[in-house]
Order: sequence, then C-alpha cells, then structure tokens
Amino acid sequence: MNIVVCINHVPDTETKVKVGSDGKSIDQAGVNYMLNPYDEFAIEAALQLKEKHGGQTLVVSLGGDAHKETLRKALAMGIEKAVLLKDTSVRDSFSIAKALAEELRAISPDCILFGKQSIDYYDEQIPGLVAEFLGMPSVSVVVKLDVKDGTVMCEREIEGGHEIVETRLPAVISAQKGLNEPRYPSLKGIMAAKTKPIEERQPAIVPPFVEVIGMNKPPGKQPGKIVGTDKSAVPELIRLLHEEAKVI
Amino acid sequence: MTKFKGVDYYNTESLLSEEEILVRDTVRDFVDDNILPIIEKHNRAGTFPMDLVPKMAELGMFGSTLPAKYGCAEMNNVAYGLVMQELERGDSGVRSFASVQSALVMYPIYSFGSEEQKDLWLPKLATGEKIGCFGLTEPDYGSNPGGMITRAEEKGDCYVLNGAKMWITNGTIADVAIVWAKLNGVVHGFLVEKGTRGFTAPEMKGKHSLRASVTSELIFQDCMIPKANMFLKTDGLKAPLMCLNQARYGIAWGGIGSAMACYDSALNYAKSRIQFGKPIASFQMTQEKLVYMVTEITKAQLLCLQLGRLKDQGKLRYQQVSMAKRNNVAIALDIARIAREILGANGILDEYPVMRHSANLESVKTYEGTHEMHTLIIGEDITGIPAYV
Repeated sequence: MNIVVCINHVPDTETKVKVGSDGKSIDQAGVNYMLNPYDEFAIEAALQLKEKHGGQTLVVSLGGDAHKETLRKALAMGIEKAVLLKDTSVRDSFSIAKALAEELRAISPDCILFGKQSIDYYDEQIPGLVAEFLGMPSVSVVVKLDVKDGTVMCEREIEGGHEIVETRLPAVISAQKGLNEPRYPSLKGIMAAKTKPIEERQPAIVPPFVEVIGMNKPPGKQPGKIVGTDKSAVPELIRLLHEEAKVI
Repeated sequence: MTKFKGVDYYNTESLLSEEEILVRDTVRDFVDDNILPIIEKHNRAGTFPMDLVPKMAELGMFGSTLPAKYGCAEMNNVAYGLVMQELERGDSGVRSFASVQSALVMYPIYSFGSEEQKDLWLPKLATGEKIGCFGLTEPDYGSNPGGMITRAEEKGDCYVLNGAKMWITNGTIADVAIVWAKLNGVVHGFLVEKGTRGFTAPEMKGKHSLRASVTSELIFQDCMIPKANMFLKTDGLKAPLMCLNQARYGIAWGGIGSAMACYDSALNYAKSRIQFGKPIASFQMTQEKLVYMVTEITKAQLLCLQLGRLKDQGKLRYQQVSMAKRNNVAIALDIARIAREILGANGILDEYPVMRHSANLESVKTYEGTHEMHTLIIGEDITGIPAYV
C-alpha cells in the first residue's frame, strides 16, 4: 500500500501572534514552529496502515526550508521518505491544494492522509480540494479507520454523533483527534531520520484566487462586572444576562 | 497546566543540532505525559514506577550512545545529556534509573565485556527486558572504594563472592548486577545474575530522598558465579571509575533539569501569588532570587554543552566532568531550596515539585562522588597536589 501524508509546519499553539509591519502577515520574530498537531494523527494512521498492510510511506509538505524540520520529525516517527515542495510564495488554499494534487497525481498513492485542518489559518479546505482535483473520494474528520480489500471504512464525527462511511481506495482521508495516539519519535528513529532523504521539488505555480488584504487582532477582552456577592444580586444578574448580554 | 518550554536565557538552543533539539523535545513531551502525572504518587508511596521501563526503552533511552547493532540509538553525548536533563526535570529517581542502566551497566558491559556478554545482555538491557545495577560502594567504603572488603576467590570453574554492597540503585529489581570485588587484592568486575545462590538484594527503606527509586543492599554469602562472568578487560579501580565518570556526566546534565523545574515553578508562583496587593514577583528580594536561579541555570547549561562537545570529540578529561557534576548539582540544590522559599508554605506540598526535587538533590549532591571529592579531584588537577592521601 502506497500511503502519502501531507503535513504542515505551523506556529506553536502557545504563540502569541503579532501582526507584522505590512499589516497582512504575522510577525515571524520569536515564533516557534511545529508539526501541525492534527497531522500527527495522520502520520500515526499511515504508520499503522503500513504496519498492518505493508507498503511505503511518504510525507509531503509545501513551504520553505523551515518545513524540513517538520518533515524530519515525521521521518523520525517512522515515515520512510519525504518530499519538500519548496516554495515561499504567497498562496491561498486553492493554489496549495492544486500544487499538492499535481505532485500526488504523479505519485498515485493508494491512500492520502491529512490532518483535518492546519491550525495556522483554519481554512479547512485542502483535503477536500485535493480529493476533488484528483477525482478521489474524500472522508473528513475521521476518528476510526479500517482498510480491507481496497475499501476503507471510516468513522467520522458529525454534529451530535458519529457517522460510518465506506469508500473505495484510493481516497483522501483527514484525521481528527481520537483517531489514534501518535507515537513519540524514538531516539533511534531520530538518528535514523538523519540518513533518510528529503527530496526537494519545485511545485506547480498556481496563482491564488484569494488575497489577504489585512490582518487585525480581535479587540481586547472587556473587563468583567461584579454585580454583587450574595443572593440579592441574582435578579440583577439575570436581568443583565437577559437584556445586556442577551445570552438567556 | 501550560507546557514546559524550557529555560534558555542565552539562546543555547542555537548551539544544538536539529536532532539534538528533537531528542530533547521528545523526552520533554514524554516527561510531561508519562512522568509528571504519576510521580508524586510514587514519591509518596516510596515506589519506583516500573511501568515506565518499557516506555522509556521503546523510546531508546537505555544505552542510547551505544551502537545500533545492540538495538541502541547511537546518539552523541550531547543528545544523551539532554535526555538526562529532561528525565531529571521529571524526577532524579527516574533519571537515576536510566543513568544506572545506561552508564553503569550497559557501558561497562560494552567497554569491558566479552562479545558473548555483550550479545547476551546489551539488547535485553536496551529493551528494558532486563534491568541492571552497579555494586561498588560498601557500608564502610564510599569515597574510598579502594578499601572495599568484598572478595572473589577462585574455586574450580567458579569465583566465590563474599561481602556486601550498599546504596545500590535498582538493586532489588535488577536481573543482573555489575559487582566490583577484589580478586587476589586487585579490583575486578563480575556479572552476577538475580537468583544466584548466595546473592540477595534487600531494599533499603525509610529514605527521605529519591523515594521514587529503588535503593538496595547487595549481599554475597559464598555466592558462586561461573568464571565466564568476570570482565576480562578490567584490572583495578580504573574501570569502575570510568563507569562513574559516565554516570557523573549524565548527572551534571540532570542537575539542569531539576533546577529548571524548580525555577519554572517558582517563577510562575511568584507571578501569580498576590501579597500586599501585588504579585510577589514585583518585590526586589524575590526578583533577586529568581535572577540568581536563571543565571546559575544558564551557566550550568553552557558548562554541560561544552562538556558534551568535548566528550564527543574524545577530548574530555574526568576532572572536567567533576567540575560540571559538582557545580550543577550544588546549584540545583540551592535553586530547589530557594524555590521552596519563594513558594512559602505551598512549597512543602507535593502539589508543587520543588520539595521533592530538593529532597532528591540532597542525595545527588553526595552520590557518584560527593561534592567534596569532586572539589579535591579538581584541586589536585590544578595544584598537582592530591589532598586526600
């Protein structure tokens, strides 16, 4: 089974983001980057599929040289090969997905895995777009995965419950937290990753449809109001919640 | 709880390779996920968390600088040091387990053992299937191991061991003990397997320190071991001292870990604890304490990093290891005590890690060469005059 995982290099979840001087990108100074957390579930799923069914695993990431750090982590976790689609131009989801799809078409994998979303821009579009470009079925927000005889059974989260779907391979699957418990890269794996190749390729140039024209931080939180400290304050609290906050 | 981000005032991270950073971060996550949630419970109960052993082994934390053919990670010494640092941020007792398994058991088998001994033991010690311990110290011979009483005598195809060792980490849970004993007046190393007749390893109870670690006596009464169990490549005290030097190297890094844990705890507490209407971090005396801590941690980091680079280049001298062990454990203990002061009464609770680290470091300061012995080792080195004979 030929499995490809598409991964992203994203700001650490604890980063306090500042808007850059151009007013439309984030200030990179002091920002630590990491492997997108949802992609860890996708990598673990790929490794488990390989362990069960045999085959090859490959990670692909589109971005600058800094993405190598994240690719290296995937290699350390046990993925065999990595491809960096080296590009630092400004892209939207469409142009990233298009470039990924071009690359993936050439590789023709049996299964393409993503994290359900990147935690940088939260567009949540890429897995679906890639599937569309490749004419493959797409199953998103997957929490359980089972491959058998060219078909894949997925359990996915829906509002208030789970849905079980079946589709044929090749397919694009996006992983949700709960799919598995991602392994740590072992120390041996980290050392072995040094010798695994990261192949650099030029991705297709696809002009973006969407342009970011400005970024603003949300307004600061308003200070709270103490209505009172005993039960005599309850009627006033209810009135405020009802009339001012309009939450009840 | 916010994730521990490390203490790096001088951007020492820029001096580490990508792999070294990934090793550190992996073990850091492992400690957050697997050690911190359970350690206080074990510390209270005075038990070693045995279920950590296979998990640590799976990550490759045992004998991690040894060759891949034994199932080891074959990392450099800086990466190994970072593993020790992060483990000790969890607990000195857990770090001690890994130190003993790696530096005091796997290292001597690798360095002094026969091919058969290496093939037999190293892969199993790497996977944690077997646990080892190291018996040098005796009740009456600590800083002066050359005076040891434990004896080996030749008898037919066997050696017969008699004597007792004390303060042996992992002793009771070990499958194999590396035991140092005098044969015809010369110190030699022997592999003694658990269950060998005449060998017992009772656990020492009542410790106020390293409570999440097993400390034992090793007692040998006419204990017969096959001749093949003696290390052929050792002769005299140099071999066990080489092992101790490996362990001391890891301990020097470990000191940074416990110091960082205490500093982090004290800094967070000082910023959130309000007295006289403002955080105690705003008071000059608290700031002075915190500044002392971060400065000493930074110095300790630089000391270890250069020590590791020297070790990787094969240029390390044992006196340099003494300096790092002596300094880093002493400052870690100071930092733990000061952190306890900043936390006030809260500092004595096991809701915070500082009192546990402080109690642990009391042992670490005097084990693997007391603070004083390291002073004398460096003293002799710089003056040319040994002060202990």
